[in-house]
Amino acid sequence: MSAIEVFGLRKSYGPREVLHGVSFAVEVGEVFALLGPNGAGKTTTVEILEGYRSRDDGEVRVLGRDPARAGRDFRARIGIVLQSSAVYPLLTVRETLDLFAGYYPRPRDPGEVIELVGLREKADARVRTLSGGQLRRLDLALALVGDPELIFLDEPTTGFDPAARRQAWETIRDLRSLGKSILLTTHYMEEAQRLSDRIAILADGRIATTGSPRELLSEQGVVEIRFRRNGEDVVMTTTDPTRVLHEITSEALAEGVELEGIEVHPRTLEDVYLELTREQAEV
Amino acid sequence: MRLFAHELRAQQQLFWRNREAAFFSFLFPIILLVLLGSVYGDNEIDGVRGSTYLLAGLIGYGVAATAFASLAITLVVRREAGLLKRVRGTPLSPAIYLAAVIGSMVIVIALQAVAQVLIGRFLLNADWPASPASFVATLVMGAASFAALGLAVTTVVRTAEGSSAVVNALYLPMAFISGSFFSPRDMPRFLEVISEALPLTYLLRLIRSTFIEGELLSSSPGAIAAVLVWGIFGLAVALRMFRWEPREGMSGA
Repeated sequence: MSAIEVFGLRKSYGPREVLHGVSFAVEVGEVFALLGPNGAGKTTTVEILEGYRSRDDGEVRVLGRDPARAGRDFRARIGIVLQSSAVYPLLTVRETLDLFAGYYPRPRDPGEVIELVGLREKADARVRTLSGGQLRRLDLALALVGDPELIFLDEPTTGFDPAARRQAWETIRDLRSLGKSILLTTHYMEEAQRLSDRIAILADGRIATTGSPRELLSEQGVVEIRFRRNGEDVVMTTTDPTRVLHEITSEALAEGVELEGIEVHPRTLEDVYLELTREQAEV
Repeated sequence: MRLFAHELRAQQQLFWRNREAAFFSFLFPIILLVLLGSVYGDNEIDGVRGSTYLLAGLIGYGVAATAFASLAITLVVRREAGLLKRVRGTPLSPAIYLAAVIGSMVIVIALQAVAQVLIGRFLLNADWPASPASFVATLVMGAASFAALGLAVTTVVRTAEGSSAVVNALYLPMAFISGSFFSPRDMPRFLEVISEALPLTYLLRLIRSTFIEGELLSSSPGAIAAVLVWGIFGLAVALRMFRWEPREGMSGA
């Protein structure tokens, strides 16, 4: 069963169409990452799924409902981390969680959620005294306090230091192991690669490719070989590195030239991503 | 009802913790009463003891300051910060949320009016309200109409920074021209004409007739109609145009 199904989604702002027929599906219990450069349409897509924006065309089902027409019972089943949105600066962390927990029919215990996101020592601090990273953790806590089935995370770790990011990843993995479905948008390739079961790359209002991190890598050739030869940079990608390396090195030996700074490394998701989104950047 | 009480409690907490806003909408009308009352309290205005006359006017000013100005500024600041959008993403119904925010302002108005009446009576020798039930009914109706206008005005304010400027530019001249601080009888003709169009003019007329002259609210149908027409106009604008999302909403992709 799918938690989210999107087919042929289109959206324009005035004369400018920003989504040109986006299709993908998120299965129940998986972490699905939507990757893409700024302006690709990630937030527009996510906000249509959350019920904030209308769509111009296409089919959308979130938890079996059309989010454009779904009401309070639908919002009780989803949790949202928006990219930027304030919390009451004059309430404490605990008061904020108590307030929002009251909106849901079956909330989690606010104290437990504060613990989960690592804000226990800040529980009685006013929200306005929190750091950027702590505010992001409060965002996450507010998305979890209603005990949702499906969680939308729009760039949840932007502005985190590496330790806080690891901690957030742990939390997301814990949520996954509880059977929650998660739709994540991110700029961080490492984040998508480590956390998600599947990834869709959104470029210029279209899904450029979808698959598990492993599939995306193998689809694009697994290994990259770089060296300098006669002062010229050479980059090769191959799925057959043993044979290719043997060929280049024998050739170089036969000709008596040195392959300076030779490196062999697996391609990262970042390489794939940059390749797929390069066209858009160049336009 | 449980959710309304839950939200109302939080809104009250938020109001009193925001010291600057609490000062301007709660304390300032009270301070004005003490200042103006000390200077003109013993004079006679429109054939009435000055302190009683000013008390009635400043209670009306307090209604506009809180139900209209404070409500509008609070909501614009929350909207532009993305707070209203966040609330909209929860199962809390938008109607309950707004009802609680407005309800919180009504509590403030009630406390303010009680404080003004007590200060007027015991510090400035003003009279008690002559027709208490009609006076309270007038305040409730005034608060509802001005809250509707407060919701409406949020739709024309674009930024949080501009909210106090726009709102103050609307309601301070209105408070002046409608005669919150003196008798409108001495005003030049052109201001009088403008004042005839303003909702606060009619609310003040109702407050004065119930508080000072002991009339029943029902004896001034024309003024009631004027206050309600403004309120309904505000509500109609708010229902059509009220926004929950910050302005930048359209550009982010």
